[in-house]
Amino acid sequence: MLKKIGAVLVVGGGVAGVQTSLDLAESGFKVYLLDETSSIGGVMAQLDKTFPTNDCSMCILAPKLVGAGRHPNIQLITNAEIKKLQGEAGNFEVTVAKKSGYVNEEKCTGCGICAQKCPIEVIDEYNEGLGVRKAIYLKYPQAVPLVYTIDRERCIGCGTCREVCKADAIEIGSEKETVILNVGSIVLAPGFDEFDPNLKSEYGYGRFSNVLSSIEFERILNASGPYGGIILRPSDGEIPRKIAFIQCVGSRDAKIGNNYCSSTCCMYAIKEAVIAKEHNPQLQCTIFFIDARAYGKEFDAYYDRAEGEYDVRFVRSRVSRIEERPSSSNLIAKYVNDKGPVNEEFDLVVLSVGMNPPKHAEDLARVLGIELNEYDFCSTQTFSPLETSKPGIYVCGAFSSPKNIQESVAQASGAAAKVAGLISQEKGTLTTVKEYPPEREVSDEAPRIGVFVCRCGINIGGVINVPEVVEYVRTLPDVVYAEENLYTCSQDAQKRILETIEEHNLNRVVVASCTPRTHEPLFRETVRDARLNIYLFEMANIRDQCSWVHMHEPQKATEKAKDLVRATIAKARLLKPLPKPLINVTPVGLVIGGGLSGMTAALDLAKQGFEVHLVEREKELGGNLRHIHYILGSEDPQQRLTSTIKEISENEKIHVYLNTELVDVTGYVGNFRTTLNCNGERKEIEHGIAIVATGAHENKPTEYLYGVDERVVTQRELEEKLAKGDFEARTVVMIQCVGSRNDERPNCSRICCAQAIKNALKIKEVSPKTDVYILYKDIRTYGFKEDFYREAANKGVLFIRYDNENKPKVTQENGNLNVLVWEPVIETSIPIEPDLLVLSVATIPNPDNKRMAQMLKVPLTEDGFFLEAHVKLRPVDFATEGIFLCGLAHSPMFVEESISQACGAAGRAMTILSKETLEVEGAIASIDENLCVGCGLCVSLCPYRAIEKDEKGTARVIDVLCKGCGTCGASCPKRAIMIRYFTDEQILAQGLAALGRTPHD
Amino acid sequence: MTEFEPKIIGFLCNWCSYAGADLAGVSRIQYPANIRVIRVMCSGRVDPVIVLEMLANGADGVIVTGCHPGECHYMEGNLQAERKIKMLKKLISRTGLESERLRLEWVSASEGARFAEVIKDFTNQLRNLGASPLAGENPDKTILAGIIAAKAVAGASRLRTLVGRERTLIEEGNVYDEKVGQREFDEVMDGSIDAEYIRNRIHLLVKDKPMSVEGLAKHLGLDPKNVLRHIVVLRQRGLVSLDRIEGEDPLYIALEVS
Amino acid sequence: MMFMPKIIGFVCNWSLPVGVDIASSSSIHGYPKIRIVRVMCIGIIDPSIVLETFAKGADGVLVIGCHPPDCHYIEGNLQAERKIKMLKKLISRTGLEPARLRLDWAYASEIERFTKIISDFRNQVTALGQSPLAGERPDTDILMNIKAAKAATEDFRLRLLVGREIELTEKKNMFGEKMSQGEFDKMIDIAIETVYLRNKIYLFVKNGPLSIRELSKRLNLDPRVVLHHMVVMKQEGLVAVSEVKGTTPLYSALGEARC
Repeated sequence: MLKKIGAVLVVGGGVAGVQTSLDLAESGFKVYLLDETSSIGGVMAQLDKTFPTNDCSMCILAPKLVGAGRHPNIQLITNAEIKKLQGEAGNFEVTVAKKSGYVNEEKCTGCGICAQKCPIEVIDEYNEGLGVRKAIYLKYPQAVPLVYTIDRERCIGCGTCREVCKADAIEIGSEKETVILNVGSIVLAPGFDEFDPNLKSEYGYGRFSNVLSSIEFERILNASGPYGGIILRPSDGEIPRKIAFIQCVGSRDAKIGNNYCSSTCCMYAIKEAVIAKEHNPQLQCTIFFIDARAYGKEFDAYYDRAEGEYDVRFVRSRVSRIEERPSSSNLIAKYVNDKGPVNEEFDLVVLSVGMNPPKHAEDLARVLGIELNEYDFCSTQTFSPLETSKPGIYVCGAFSSPKNIQESVAQASGAAAKVAGLISQEKGTLTTVKEYPPEREVSDEAPRIGVFVCRCGINIGGVINVPEVVEYVRTLPDVVYAEENLYTCSQDAQKRILETIEEHNLNRVVVASCTPRTHEPLFRETVRDARLNIYLFEMANIRDQCSWVHMHEPQKATEKAKDLVRATIAKARLLKPLPKPLINVTPVGLVIGGGLSGMTAALDLAKQGFEVHLVEREKELGGNLRHIHYILGSEDPQQRLTSTIKEISENEKIHVYLNTELVDVTGYVGNFRTTLNCNGERKEIEHGIAIVATGAHENKPTEYLYGVDERVVTQRELEEKLAKGDFEARTVVMIQCVGSRNDERPNCSRICCAQAIKNALKIKEVSPKTDVYILYKDIRTYGFKEDFYREAANKGVLFIRYDNENKPKVTQENGNLNVLVWEPVIETSIPIEPDLLVLSVATIPNPDNKRMAQMLKVPLTEDGFFLEAHVKLRPVDFATEGIFLCGLAHSPMFVEESISQACGAAGRAMTILSKETLEVEGAIASIDENLCVGCGLCVSLCPYRAIEKDEKGTARVIDVLCKGCGTCGASCPKRAIMIRYFTDEQILAQGLAALGRTPHD
Repeated sequence: MTEFEPKIIGFLCNWCSYAGADLAGVSRIQYPANIRVIRVMCSGRVDPVIVLEMLANGADGVIVTGCHPGECHYMEGNLQAERKIKMLKKLISRTGLESERLRLEWVSASEGARFAEVIKDFTNQLRNLGASPLAGENPDKTILAGIIAAKAVAGASRLRTLVGRERTLIEEGNVYDEKVGQREFDEVMDGSIDAEYIRNRIHLLVKDKPMSVEGLAKHLGLDPKNVLRHIVVLRQRGLVSLDRIEGEDPLYIALEVS
Repeated sequence: MMFMPKIIGFVCNWSLPVGVDIASSSSIHGYPKIRIVRVMCIGIIDPSIVLETFAKGADGVLVIGCHPPDCHYIEGNLQAERKIKMLKKLISRTGLEPARLRLDWAYASEIERFTKIISDFRNQVTALGQSPLAGERPDTDILMNIKAAKAATEDFRLRLLVGREIELTEKKNMFGEKMSQGEFDKMIDIAIETVYLRNKIYLFVKNGPLSIRELSKRLNLDPRVVLHHMVVMKQEGLVAVSEVKGTTPLYSALGEARC
């Protein structure tokens, strides 16, 4: 066997690829992150908002992209594709072809002057063709890496960019280069491609200007999109009053071969309708749909709000055709409702396009030797959702099945855990830990400030009189050195800063240039190299927030720049070196709950060599999996259960505690101490992280004669019967949404539709003559499960829709069960006399969640499930660091989803456990215990539980948990809390200096 | 004649608004050059005292911008900021300074155009409002005294506690597990602002020289009975004591707090 | 009365026959109304000056330089050739006859040729008749178009492309490749059309807010195309939505006025 390699190749720089890369890099692996385009970010970077929280997509994504771009152990390889693969799991050699962008990535400062001067306009793909870019371009303003690229197809080679580039970054070298990467494992996250709506010619996309795809509409909604956030019709620039959204364009469509459901379109259409209404409350939005697949956590609540609060109209009908009225370019949607055919006019039509596998899926599969499924998505198994058919190559995100952001992110962390399990011994072998010289003690010195003012080519220097600013700065107190640079961020300028610090014995450094959001880390590193604490550095933003926004007022811009630099210097004078202490990490995990999720998480941690305590309340492991006897697909769940339990018992790293409950949890990330009650015996364990996998329960219904008539059973009870072979019935009726999607529990239980279909298919298998009726609200067989829905329908399972106003009525008459259901198509009530009535009951949260939540100090949703830190980007984290969640404790989900999340939780946990020590952020809160009166306000305000009261009742910051937001300090009744690096004194000095006053005024 | 150009201090949260302001730059969206930005990690970090300090020192306007509700990088620091600004506006309106000089706005990272629009609008609003009475060499003494008193109020524990607890009290309930109504809370808040503001005005006045209830009432344009009630509280708090009796009038003076 | 065209001749110092008296050039060899402006090289003639000349009512503009490949300044004449070509394309969009502009070559020694060029051009212009921009009541539409064309010639992008034409089509570009003339023409035609239209749109909305539909009517252009240009102009900060009337956004030019 070849020697394993501690490096990983991640293919695809969308949100999933970025998350995998960050988790792996944080855990000690070298990561190559490859993207076929010029920057990372993927589709999420194009989105306006994300459901169900309506979070601004770029706001939450950009920090992650910057993080990946600057991570010392992540190397971005853009404009690249894989050409060849050799080797085996643990030791692969990958040949990558990298297209040149003709811009030196080291030298380009991203200033953008080249694009400004480029004479060639090109249709902008990022804005879906609705705007323009230049032939030298950045995919989008926040792009990472911040390096311009020449679009060779469009560039005429006029050389203007080369002439205007002050950084000399344009380099005309060879068109392609070949890169050989040696990696231990590969994670595939190439995402998806949008379905091409041209293929649905009946909707007129491409022929009618006012028929748009959903992603085009997403760009239109975006404030920085082509229309500046005003919704306009492309035909004439008018603001539409009536918009139709058409669902399932390229999904659930046998004609075009995409039988599957794209899983996300219902929700994103609802989101787009809601956001459009927010733009323009008079707007009428209509969504034409077949089944509203709002299956995820709190999705139904969002759906309800769209209908109730936002007045979005939902029409359950498939639009057969769109026609254009040539005089007005309005569109006529032809559909059928319960009254007959309808022609309805709209100003704009948005096609909710589905997800296709990525264009290059087949090439990728051939080169890598992995299997694709019948739709050309990556083939995976239910019990190994993150593994491709080839050992050592893992998959996450939409490439394995259409899925939303949160599930992609959870899978991404899961794939990272899988990789780590494979090459854990190589952790840290290829990563670089930068060594810094010891810090110089400056506390006793008077401030000696050095100021570097950047011209940014002509970006700053073309507007602001930089020499004048430098001259002015020299007159300010404590400034001992000032100079201007062509590009302060260039490598030679960094060297100069370093030397200048030494030469002039500077102890504070101010750079006046662009934004700290992208460049602060770079300068901090430079001052640190010069033996200064990083918090002795501060930045003034005289480009993005000055020269660029006052281009026609050079004088005012110069005055403003002086004010901004003066204010920054005023703050810099008060800067203090801040310690970044290290805390030890106990490399041990605690997993709470021994069901499928808990066992999976425990195994994944153990495979990486971490000790794990696995705590289970019941007398045996397995949880809900013990009741699952077959699945949609070919695997045998009971066999998997047995083998998993065996694997756990054989793994000496895992300590299983049965009949055990948690009694008390203290401590914080890296250093938890938990008291267990094992069979009445107390035991204390120490651990660095905790994973909550406490599962959920099947609700016991109180309606439809359940418990009264023994012919009324739950799906699980039916499954038990089928598995034991004592099923016998001529007519079976299944009722969906029993206890879900009602007033008491507004949300969907997600798994019951597929569960019903699974059991219906089983019935048809063992007893083909049995009539099966499924009474449903919406059939939510998303993703590839749609195939089983179709199969069930083909095998004669009858699906009858009902709604809350017309729920089925179940009675007992003459010893017979009688179900009366309203059939909406023929508008009559149909009586059915089943021998068996099966209820698809709700999945309800574990009743113990409340107690557990209090003990761990983590929140619950209104429904009583655990509430993650961020729905989209931190789906398996709690806000409290070091605690994670997965599986049914999070929300109802399928086996493969539970496994993905469990691996995800293990992946997130490993980023902590892999470190011997955690570095504490320096810019955090600290409490003056002499001033604190112990009122506890800060404790209740802190979202991270980073403040606790000590024995004396005084509040104390748990440094490692504090994120430095500063809300506690601004709120403390006694003003006893100092926010380091943003102290009252510093902010005040900065503000007063900006106003031209000194703090002594 | 050149038009009046207001000086504006902007407190921008790092994650949404500062990024939005950067995007305005990247998109080259032009706006007036009057704003001076101070970056803070979260809008919740903006201490009411600092805002008042800016106004006291002649800022013609102060704008705080944060993430849209529900999008805060720190969960709900922006909502805390909202409560603080609401309280501040009430406080400022009592000083004679126009409370429109303080503004709170939500700007996301993709709203570069909106940021520019907000700044343009605020600048124009301030241009119309004219220079702050506290700007320049000769600030309005009465208003300044008011702002200084407001600063003392904003720095003291009573209002800070109320503001800090507002969300919990209204949305989660008090120690008796009862939710407090917004109106009910506002009444308590308004009463407290009034009382604390007057007390601090009194305290500041008697810091300079001993004054009688009559004299204070006249100066503050208040009912003497009202003033006396506050003097009683101030004496209880040990902030004011009887200096001497002049004629029939007791004169009060501020105590130096150690 | 016979129509006497007003013609301006920009003539290269090195093409101007000896003995032609510029001061009294209005009557060169008996042909009246030709005013000659002597330039050191026709390469320095800024396209905007030519258009300004038309805007002021000239019936014809004649440019005479040295025969290629001779040029006192290496390739000023060739540069001028590219500029005139571009100008003709621009002018053809304005409603003014492009035949009112002509470029020709002559050596200082070729006094006969020089004379013939002038007389031919004069005949040509006479046949065209008076410029719609001449006289007391110039055609306002064409005048506006000429103004838009003039603004277009001041556009950085167009100037750059014209300036690089020789380099790109006859020498090598940055990648060491040569562009065919056909390819280049296709590209510059698009650029001319784009820049001209945007300037026209800008001039329209400078006079008051207009909707896309209204602009489309005035420009006799597909509203989709107008919207596309407006999107770019908005991105560049040249225009903004100033008001919304019902469901119709109106666009205004962002002037030099303070923002």
